[in-house]
Amino acid sequence: MSALLEVADLSVSYGKVEAVHHVALTAAEGSIVTVIGPNGAGKTTMLGAVMGLLPARGSIRYLGEPLERLSVEQRVARGLVLVPERRELFAGMSVEDNLQLGAFARRGEGERAARRALDEVYHRFPRLHQRRVQLAGTLSGGERQMLALGRALMGRPRLLMLDEPSLGLAPLIVKEIFAIVAQLRAGGVTILLVEQNARAALQVADYGYVLETGDVATHGRAADLASDPKVAATYLGIKAA
Amino acid sequence: MDLSIAALLTQDGITNGAIYALLALALVLVFAVTRVIWVPSGEFVAFGTLTLAGLQLGRTPGTVGLLVAMALVAGAMEVAGCLRRGEPRRIPGRLALWVGAPLAIAAAIVALAPLQAHLAVQVVATLAAVTALGPLLYRIAYQPLAEASVLVLLIVSVAVHFALLGLGLWFFGAEGSRTPPFSSATFTIGAVNVSVQSLLVVATSLLLILALYLFFGRALYGKALRATALNRVGARLVGVSPSFAGALTFTLASLLCAFCGVLIGPITTVYYDSGFLVSLKGFVGAIIGGLASYPLAAAGALLVGLIESFSSFWASAFKEVIVFTLIIPVLLWRSLTTRHHEEDE
Ligand SMILES: Nc1ncnc2c1ncn2[C@@H]1O[C@H](COP(=O)(O)OP(=O)(O)OP(=O)(O)O)[C@@H](O)[C@H]1O
Ligand SMILES: [Mg+2]
Repeated sequence: MSALLEVADLSVSYGKVEAVHHVALTAAEGSIVTVIGPNGAGKTTMLGAVMGLLPARGSIRYLGEPLERLSVEQRVARGLVLVPERRELFAGMSVEDNLQLGAFARRGEGERAARRALDEVYHRFPRLHQRRVQLAGTLSGGERQMLALGRALMGRPRLLMLDEPSLGLAPLIVKEIFAIVAQLRAGGVTILLVEQNARAALQVADYGYVLETGDVATHGRAADLASDPKVAATYLGIKAA
Repeated sequence: MDLSIAALLTQDGITNGAIYALLALALVLVFAVTRVIWVPSGEFVAFGTLTLAGLQLGRTPGTVGLLVAMALVAGAMEVAGCLRRGEPRRIPGRLALWVGAPLAIAAAIVALAPLQAHLAVQVVATLAAVTALGPLLYRIAYQPLAEASVLVLLIVSVAVHFALLGLGLWFFGAEGSRTPPFSSATFTIGAVNVSVQSLLVVATSLLLILALYLFFGRALYGKALRATALNRVGARLVGVSPSFAGALTFTLASLLCAFCGVLIGPITTVYYDSGFLVSLKGFVGAIIGGLASYPLAAAGALLVGLIESFSSFWASAFKEVIVFTLIIPVLLWRSLTTRHHEEDE
């Protein structure tokens, strides 16, 4: 497996305050990589930098190509898609319009492809189909999460970055979301998963990074991290023996 | 006042109101997508009338000079941008779009001008020329400042307004123009004389409004503009670039202004600096809609047209005063009834 995303020596600052320091991270094609860490560790900031929303120093390579000079939109067109922490849905537009816009970067592929992508998303989230004429701003929290994920899938991502996809969801839906993440990987999508729910994230992921106050504290195979006593104590709530 | 005068004033008011409505829609659209208060929209209206008037006389209109100058500046900016981002391969495509297309329009107009072609052909040429100015203006003046505050963008708008006034005087000269009516026929309904010209103006406005409605409701690009207006970050994350949305918005808005110019030409004499007052009336309409609601803005503009028409009958000297004083109670009413959105996400 080759690396789809290679981040090296990445630093991101808000004004004078540096929120992410010299972070390195690799995501192999077709794998699930998770980033866990406490609040304010810099996880969202790191995703923002990879997506091009935030200016950053260091190197970000995607398919071996440097990304620094590409705009957010150019990155989207190359298959990098982010489900942001704040979801950033189009509240005043219908569910279906939101989904259709998710395929905006792929508008060159024609009506037919867009229709097929829409049907796939509706198949995956029947709830969204029920609510397709409802305004996105009036959806429940869980439906909003589904819409955010559905809109991202409309862009047919090659690298899908999810910022806390389980935030505020009922346990049953959390399970569903993680099942979908695993399915997507089986379909060849590479996933970079930022999660508070470390246990679920480490279960589904192949590789994990622990981010603490802007530094990579430790990283390793997900199974190894889950059995690391320090990680277990801090993030899984298991007392070290 | 008897009924027939009232009917006449109403007809005048609706005709003017229909034109202001197009302006109001252009202003709301530009503000919603780019947060620019588009002060120089009036210059686009004036350029529309003056371009058509020039073509009528068989002269090459000054718009051509403006178009060429702006295309060259925009082209230089695009080349610099491509080089800075390390994308020299994209230079030919960008030049074709930003320099090639405007120059082709300019060349077509130069060739067309002495022919004194049919009025419809001249109208199409006018719309093409003035519409092309819109995205060029966005590219040169607003795109580099896309992240700036509303206040900075407003200051830029005022500067652009004065710059275009100066250029307008230079390119079109100080004398005013009026274009011939599209039709001088009239017919009567009961005791009321209705001019076909007025009907044409109203019908054109209605058609344009319907076209806009369908564009924003159905077309993917229309939805992309709405999305940008609603949530810029969200729009970027699905691949709608703010500069693309801005250029498309200015194209639509300047097309609307060009239509205004063509429609208003037979109604009143237009000078290079006449546009500002016209656009202010559209602006009053847009403000009634809170710079956010398209139907309210159009309705507000219609109201402005009617008030203007009736006040010109009762107190002709104060007609502008009355129209612009109207904005004070409207602002009061809005400030009392609108809840503030600052805290919202
Ligand atoms: N716009 C901003 N301006 C200034 N500081 C910011 C800004 N956004 C984030 N920060 C700071 O950067 C640090 C990292 O924030 P970030 O949102 O990346 O954390 P996170 O790991 O995603 O946290 P959480 O798990 O709570 O989502 C925090 O200390 C935060 O206060
Ligand atoms: Mg976060």
